[in-house]
Amino acid sequence: MITDLTAYLPPGSFEHAQSADGMPTIYVRREHLVETMRALRDTPALRYAFLADIVGVDYLPREPRFEVIYLLASLGAPGYGEAVKRLRVKVRVPGEDPSLPTVLDVWPAANWAERELWDMLGIRVDEHPDLRRILMPEDWEGFPGRRDYPVQIKEPVKTYEPLQVSEEEFVANIEASRDRSRKH
Amino acid sequence: MSEHLEIPVLTTTVEKMVNWARRSSIWPVTFGLACCAIEMMAMSAGRYDIARFGAEVFRGSPRQSDLMIVAGRLSRKMAPVLRRIYDQMPEPKYVISMGACASVGGVFDNYAIVQGVDQVVPVDVFVPGCPPRPESLIYGIVMLQRKIDHMKLSA
Repeated sequence: MITDLTAYLPPGSFEHAQSADGMPTIYVRREHLVETMRALRDTPALRYAFLADIVGVDYLPREPRFEVIYLLASLGAPGYGEAVKRLRVKVRVPGEDPSLPTVLDVWPAANWAERELWDMLGIRVDEHPDLRRILMPEDWEGFPGRRDYPVQIKEPVKTYEPLQVSEEEFVANIEASRDRSRKH
Repeated sequence: MSEHLEIPVLTTTVEKMVNWARRSSIWPVTFGLACCAIEMMAMSAGRYDIARFGAEVFRGSPRQSDLMIVAGRLSRKMAPVLRRIYDQMPEPKYVISMGACASVGGVFDNYAIVQGVDQVVPVDVFVPGCPPRPESLIYGIVMLQRKIDHMKLSA
């Protein structure tokens, strides 16, 4: 397994890591993330076609502060090895520049997972087409997944949310339906 | 005179009769937010059978409902939605806060969960428990019926 990876991935882009549970784990440098991921997906002997999840961890006093973990699976297509293989890819992200390149071009499934990364930990995913909050309300301040976030905040509850159409759209919508009903 | 007495008539006040009508058929809106909703469903199903108290007609539309059972923890993102659905219910309307999370936040003392739905809507009955057993919720509905019985039509 390990020797396979050294043969297929760009040299100098990754290093092996210890894992307590026996799952193969590698650390990838942030600059090489996308090309390494593409190689993991496309190399016929590997074929990590399935991105199961992206998880972010905040190790606050430590630097680099964040680690982002990509959980990959190779589904064992015929001819590429029948058994399912798994791989844990870790990226270290420094606290003063929390950003990552997007892997959306490699796996479209990364879309919402990367939004969650931004929403919870404030790790900016560069070139993501739709980097909005996904779990918290759109106007939320701060990143609740960070270790230094005040978890038990006591703020007044927002009970009102403005309509998500503009006034012009609302009027145009009503007038359009009125015109339709007059025609019949 | 004697034939008048044989006419089957009951006399009462308008207030009593209106309150009787209101409490005897409370239609809840389905507002299950978490695990409490499972107990709420059990309450309306065969074994506990809330039909015995005239409150079994769960409606999917707030326009047809009298009672909102807030069953579960309410997140801050959900609070405007809850308030909007409450505003869409016709008067008179009642709210039961079901379980520890809806009443005071329960174990979720954090940024995401509203610490008591009485910050969002006026609550008539709080039902404690985590989750409350169906009997507890039935008792809550009976408490609400008693409360409706003593309501005044005019101030």
